[in-house]
Amino acid sequence: MTILVFSAILFIGALAAGLLGSLTGLGGGVVLIPLLTLVFKVDIHYAIGTSLISVIATSSGAAAAYVKEGITNIRLGMFLELATTAGAIGGAFLAAYLPTSVIAILFGIILVLSAGLSFARPADPVTTGNPGVLSQKLRLNSSFPTPDGEKRYFVKNVVGGFFMMNIAGMISGLLGIGSGALKVIAMDNIMRIPFKVSTTTSNFMIGVTAAASVGIYLHRGYIDPGLSMPVMLGVLGGAFLGSRMLTRTKTASLKILFAVVILVLAMEMIYNGLNHTI
Amino acid sequence: MAIHKKFRDTDLERVIGELLRYGVLTSSLVVLAGGITYLIRHGGQLPQYHEFRGEPDKMKKPILMWQAVRRGEGRPLIQLGLLILVATPIARVAFSFVGYLLEKDYLYAVLTVIVLLVILLNF
Repeated sequence: MTILVFSAILFIGALAAGLLGSLTGLGGGVVLIPLLTLVFKVDIHYAIGTSLISVIATSSGAAAAYVKEGITNIRLGMFLELATTAGAIGGAFLAAYLPTSVIAILFGIILVLSAGLSFARPADPVTTGNPGVLSQKLRLNSSFPTPDGEKRYFVKNVVGGFFMMNIAGMISGLLGIGSGALKVIAMDNIMRIPFKVSTTTSNFMIGVTAAASVGIYLHRGYIDPGLSMPVMLGVLGGAFLGSRMLTRTKTASLKILFAVVILVLAMEMIYNGLNHTI
Repeated sequence: MAIHKKFRDTDLERVIGELLRYGVLTSSLVVLAGGITYLIRHGGQLPQYHEFRGEPDKMKKPILMWQAVRRGEGRPLIQLGLLILVATPIARVAFSFVGYLLEKDYLYAVLTVIVLLVILLNF
């Protein structure tokens, strides 16, 4: 297989990952690393670097649209980025010292978690009662546009959410993924903000979180242009197509299908990790 | 006062949205140009990613990247495009800092500077 053929296949794979990721809301990054390591036999360090790049691309591309709609809570995002960037740097340092088999197993576990969580019903947002001292001081309480006009919401449990975000950032820096699933737990279930706000704000933070660890990856030589080029362009193209199709396709069955794919990939990653073949 | 504040916040949102859009677009075009050059020069060779070897300095340091780009190499041009991509969310943080200063929201201006420092010091 020549570089030309390799790049073309990789591009198509990344296109599919980006399309499915955006249609199901699970993100394309979760299937990229198994695709690169299991199918193309790429070393996991290169795979992590490549995935991180694609995560920044899709996050920035999607955030551009959401921010303009006024759903994203930018203040909350900025505040929580303190936690995620610090975590991401810790995670990126760790990536150099952990054996690749451990990284693969950890990756598999996070994959299972992400797939499962995508079916969980988000907790009800808090819209009445006491807004909370810390969230008021930090001016995190906000409102977002709905078909019935602006809707107010309160941000609860700021400290708990901040701590969870720190872990999400660390996982992101260690595994080269956006860890959107963990970010959404922190915001939906701990801070109790509306689902639409948490997903867009999580997406908004992913780019900055990934940018924090990318410098470390670059210096270590994890980021290879030959791999990143087809993957970045493919994932971006797929995500763009997905955002165009989103209004017209039924996503429920697609989501189940994608979750099954993720589950199989996760098992394969864990299996290879346990056998030290990755 | 409240209305004035809201106006400033949405203004910042608009600028950030545009910045992200153009950043991604620019970097994609640079990566595409580098990719075409790379495939023309090396498309017939065999890929070797099975073993981790790291990258040479010209794929890590912007100045060396630029020098290699001027020699007509494709891979460093892709890498340069990736740097533009990474710079986009970082520039977004820098813009937010200016925005919060204009809003006289000093608490958030300080938080933003800390995030910016955490990122830049590790680059």
